[in-house]
This record gives sequence, structure tokens and C-alpha cells, in this order.
Amino acid sequence: MLLLNNKKTFKGGVHPRTYKELTENLPLKIMPAPKQVIIPLSQHTGKPAQPLIKKGMEVKTGELIAEQNGFISSKIHSSVTGKITKIGEAVSFNGLMRESIFIESYENEEFVKLPLLDSEKVTSEEIIQRVKDAGIVGLGGAAFPTYVKLSPPPDKKIDYIILNGCECEPYLTRDYRLMLERTDDVISGLRLIMKAVNVKKGIIGIEDNKLEAINKLEKAVSNFPEITVIALKTKYPQGAEKMLIKAATKREIPPNKLPFDVGCIIQNIGTAVAIHDAVTKGEPQITAILTVSGKGINQPKNLIVRVGTPLIDVLNFCGGIKEDAEKIIVGGPMMGFAQYDLFAPITKATSGILVLTKDEAHNFEETNCLRCGKCVEVCPLNLVPTRLVRLIQFKKYEEVKKLGITICMECGTCTYSCPANIPLVQWIRLGKQKVVSLT
Amino acid sequence: MEKLNRLELSSSPHIHSKWSTKKVMWFVVLSLLPPLISGVIFFGVYQLLIVAVSIFFAAGTEAVIKKIRKKKITIDDGSAVVTGILLGLILPPNFSLTGTALGAIFSIAIGKELFGGLGFNIFNPALIGRAFLQAAFPVAMTTWSKPNFSVDTISSATPLAAYKFDRILTKLEPMIIGNIGGSIGETSAIAILAGGIFLIAVGIVNWRIPISMIAGIILFGGIFWIIDPIKYPNPLFHIFAGGFLLGAFFMATDWVTSPITSKGMWIFGFCISLIIVIIRIFGGLPEGVMYAILIMNAFVPLINRLTVPRIFGEQIRSIQE
Repeated sequence: MLLLNNKKTFKGGVHPRTYKELTENLPLKIMPAPKQVIIPLSQHTGKPAQPLIKKGMEVKTGELIAEQNGFISSKIHSSVTGKITKIGEAVSFNGLMRESIFIESYENEEFVKLPLLDSEKVTSEEIIQRVKDAGIVGLGGAAFPTYVKLSPPPDKKIDYIILNGCECEPYLTRDYRLMLERTDDVISGLRLIMKAVNVKKGIIGIEDNKLEAINKLEKAVSNFPEITVIALKTKYPQGAEKMLIKAATKREIPPNKLPFDVGCIIQNIGTAVAIHDAVTKGEPQITAILTVSGKGINQPKNLIVRVGTPLIDVLNFCGGIKEDAEKIIVGGPMMGFAQYDLFAPITKATSGILVLTKDEAHNFEETNCLRCGKCVEVCPLNLVPTRLVRLIQFKKYEEVKKLGITICMECGTCTYSCPANIPLVQWIRLGKQKVVSLT
Repeated sequence: MEKLNRLELSSSPHIHSKWSTKKVMWFVVLSLLPPLISGVIFFGVYQLLIVAVSIFFAAGTEAVIKKIRKKKITIDDGSAVVTGILLGLILPPNFSLTGTALGAIFSIAIGKELFGGLGFNIFNPALIGRAFLQAAFPVAMTTWSKPNFSVDTISSATPLAAYKFDRILTKLEPMIIGNIGGSIGETSAIAILAGGIFLIAVGIVNWRIPISMIAGIILFGGIFWIIDPIKYPNPLFHIFAGGFLLGAFFMATDWVTSPITSKGMWIFGFCISLIIVIIRIFGGLPEGVMYAILIMNAFVPLINRLTVPRIFGEQIRSIQE
């Protein structure tokens, strides 16, 4: 076909309107520390951290306040200087109640930093230890503790470190801003990761709608022949782990396997910058970089926000929400979480806050399945969503398990494209839970 | 911030492609205008009345049945209107209005609602209606009017009938323009392609079905033509004659009654063309598009099951282990 081009990508996917123009030209801005922060002990995949402090104690910015608990867990540092007022439950962005540390912040800030390391002389062990000590988690969404990802099992040979600069979710522009404003730090972070895992090849994958970032990074990597920047087709979910590896290396991760198994480690752009800051500036991860956007917010912004800042403070900092705001989402519009309590705090991995109007948000008016096959066409993992959903509705969980339901990553492309407005991915989520409880 | 009490809550994704069943159906209606207009140009304004009667009885039947079944009346989704127009377009010009009404009622009542309504029917409802009329009014259904602007001053026979019974090969040009004998919306290739390409461009029709049908008819028609170019017509004739193009772009591509997998669509299209060629060459009837599509409709559930795509990463696993 004439329409074919040789841009690297994967099969399937959708092209939602990106709305990146709302924020892509706004430089990252630092939001001042709020009056109070609420720091959840569980901001990462794995066990919640164990608090090291008590109510009434005073802490400094950057001070360790909760210790990692087990292998898959993360340390947590205070994001402000102030006094612990409470340790108790608070609502989290995903709607769950989470044990959290409440800190009232003082006017005058005092910083605690980790000792500085020389990024050229630092050893692999030192980097991994530093990533662990700085409490760095993956900023792509799942918030998986990064030091674990940097310590692959010894029998897995890693060929590539891939930096994920796709930012395929509509609206979000924080990775784009980081690539533009901190280009050299992104590369420094990638080189540190490569050193930590002892890998010779680095790839930075960027969607081709971020031309400026591609050009800037390409120029910056010209001194580092071991790093290549590749332009990927702009398509959702290009930034999903499996899709990015497929596009960049043509390798496919088999069901129930990890990037390790095909010789790859993926890190987010933001994570690379965080590693750079932790090593060369001794900064623990106490801020989140995020995009505040949508037609329902008065002043869209790209922000650097203290971890634990309540959503409402961020929204007020952005001029408040408009009268016709309909839905507030933490994360991207395809996979983020709708909010009901605006005192939910920002966590390390928060990538965005979106205030959508009625016109942007999706309202259901469901009809019968028309068997158009759109969901089959767009599913990046080649599942047959309509059939899975039919079977789930009839409670045939054994059968959906055989059809591979557990590999669904819930990217939402099926629901997005369904003309009958059937909540396909929502049914599949239910089915996945039922399948897990089968065994 | 008193608004916070009425924030909408639902799980992701929070945005949508904005396509809906209704929008799709009305786009299909729009795409059917060119063949309808060509029908009026070549066979007269009366054809509009046939299509109007067909739409009225199709939508009316659906409303009545929904009412009897105490279900929500859904004629505003446009699907019955689409069936009505499609049935009208595949009737002979100047067909009786009573017959048209009966066909439309049969299409919806037996072809669609009996199976459970939109999304559950196995066969294309418009073709079911036409098959019923073919059986009920065999003579009227094969009585063709002479088109306006006809190059052939005597005959009103369709190109397929002319070839089958008299070995007269109609020229390509009138078959592309539409001043030939045939059903109301089937004669003008240009008009059908205009509507069909529009549907492919907006993403409603999957190109795999028309393309595989065209490839299939070139292949299977071509085999016979190479064997004996005098006895069998050339593949281009197969494409432009009869209901092939309307079938390829508007009938076989009906979402509900065609496969959902890409591979399945290829198989579906190829098999339809194979059956068309067999009927046209060996059958007693000059035309076989309707039966070919109806036969393959019945195989769709089986095709869907046999063509489940390879899950991402699965092949690699089998190589590694």
C-alpha cells in the first residue's frame, strides 16, 4: 500500500487526539512547597515502607522518613522541612486508603543530601546502591523500584537499555519538557544506567511528534556512539514496554515474561534524570514532575511538585478548575485514575493531573456489539477483546484464561475504539481478577 | 470549588474515539447516496419511491417488533434505515411497491429481529429480503427496465444475462458509468466506488474484504478465462457486471455478518469470489453475488474461531522452549 512507511512501530494501536499543544511549549516550573504534605508509605509496586519517625518529630527536606521493607520496596524521604502531625490513613490517587505520613511544613527549609558521587568514576555497585538510597522508582506508571530493575538475575544477558521517551498518553508533556530542558542529564542518566548494568548499547525511543526533542537528543548523543536515538511512529500505546521493545529491537516479550527475558531493560526519561540527580547532586526522589492539563483547568502547566502535595493545592496553583470541569484524572486519559477526593496526594510517579470537560471526557451510551472487529484490529497484543468479554459475561473464566487474558495490559485501546461503546477493558479487568482467583 | 460534589467517576480509558453505532450508520446512509442517485438518473424518479417504501417498512417493522418484545425502540440508530436503502438498491427498477414492502418486512423480521436484533443476526438482512423476493416473485425479480442513455437501443437485459444466454459481452465503459440493465443501485461502478472508498477512508469499511473479493474474482475468473477466453468472460467483466461491486463494498462488509479477524476477512472475501465465479459459470442463474455472500455469512462464526490471531510474543515462546 502507498500508505506504508518504514517508521518503526508495532501492529495495532490507536491515534487519539494528543492535546499536547496545551502544554508542550510551557517550561517546567517549580511549585513552592505546600503548607502540608501527605506522604503515602506505598507509592511503589511492592511492600509499603516502614516509618522511621513518630508524631511530633521534626524532619528536614530530603531526610529518610520510611525504610524500605523487603526486596521489592522503596525508601521514602521527607519532601519538606517541618513537623510530623499524624501518621494514619489517607485517600490515595487510586481510590484506596493508604497509611501516610502527614507533615506540616515550616517557612525556612533545610536540606539533607546524600554524598555526591563522580558520575565518571562511580562503580556499578555504587550506582545501584545510590538508586536504592535515593528511593527512586520507575516513573512510567507502575512505580516499580528502579534498583531492582537494575539488578537483573545473573543468568539473563542484557543487550539494550532502552529509554522510553514515547509519552504516548495524550495531554502529557513532562517527558518532552525534560528531554528539551535537561537533554544532557537524560543522557548522563542513561549512561549511568548502562554502567550499572554493564550494558554497551543504549537506545532512546521517541515518538515522531516530538521532533524538537529528537533533534536535540540526536545532537547531544553524537559524542556517544553507544547510544542511538530512534524516532517511532506516533501511536498509542507506543510507550508500553512490550510495544517499545518490539519497535526498537523487533523482539517480542513472550506472555508472562519480562523485558529481561529478551535482553532489554526499559527506563523512563524521568527516571534517568532522577538517577542523574541522585548520583551527581545527591538528591533523593522527593519531587514529581508532572503535566497539569485539560480544557477544564485555567492555566495548564508543566510542574515540579513536592511529593505529598494534595491535588487541590496543585489545581489552585494552576488557577483553579473551570465551571464546566467534568472529570479530574491522575495520570493519562487512557490509563489514569478518576478522582473523587482532591486531598489525594501527588506521589513519586504521578505523571499528570488532567481536568477534562464534558466535551473531552467519555460518556457511555452502550449498544449491542456490532462485531465490527475494531477491538481486534487495534489490540496491540493481538487478543480478541469482544470474544473475551462475551465469555466473561457468561462467567467462562477457564476459557478466557486459555485465550490469554492475563497478558492484557489494560491499555484501553479496545474501549477507546469501540463504536458500540462497550466497556471492553473494564470487563477484561474483571475477568483478569476472576482468572487470578481461579488458582 | 463547590463543583467537587459532582465530579464524574469511571474507570479508564477516559476518552473515546467518538464513533458510535448511530454515527456509523448515518455515515453508511451518506455513502449510499451516490448509488441511489445513479439509480434515479438511469431508471427514473420512481426508484426513489421504492427505496422510500423499503426504508419505511424496514424501520416500521423494527419498531413494531421492539414494541411487541417490550424493548427500547432503537430505529434512530439508523441500522434499519441502512437495511431499507440496501434492499431498495438491489431490487430491479420499477419493481412493485407491495413486493418492496414485503421484502423489507421479511428482511427485518426474519433476517434481523428473529435472531435478537442488531448485532446478533447471522445473515445480511437486506440479502435475506432479496432472497425471499427472488423466491416469491421470480419473474418480476428478473424483469429489467431499459436504462436512460442506453447505448443498446433494443435490449434491457443485464450484462450477465446477455453474456450467459446470448454470449454478448457488454463493453466496459457503460458498465463503469451505469447506463446498463440491472438493479437500481448496482449498475454504476463509479457511484459505488465513490461511496465505498468514502467508507474505507473514514475507517468504517475494512479494505481487506473488498480487496480480497476483487483479488479473488481476478484469480478465479482469470483461471477460467485463461482456459478458454471465448467461452468464459474476462475478470474485468466479472468485477463490473451485476452486483459484484455493490456486494464487495456494501454487502460483504456489513460488520455484523463478516469476520472480525484480519485473516478471516481475507478468507471470507476469497471464498465469496470463488462461489460467485462457480455460480456465474456453472449455475443456472446468471448472477451469484447474493447467494455467495449469504453462504459465506453462515461460515463467519467458524472463520472467526479458526483465525484467532497469534497472541503477542507467543510464537517466540514456542521457539525458545
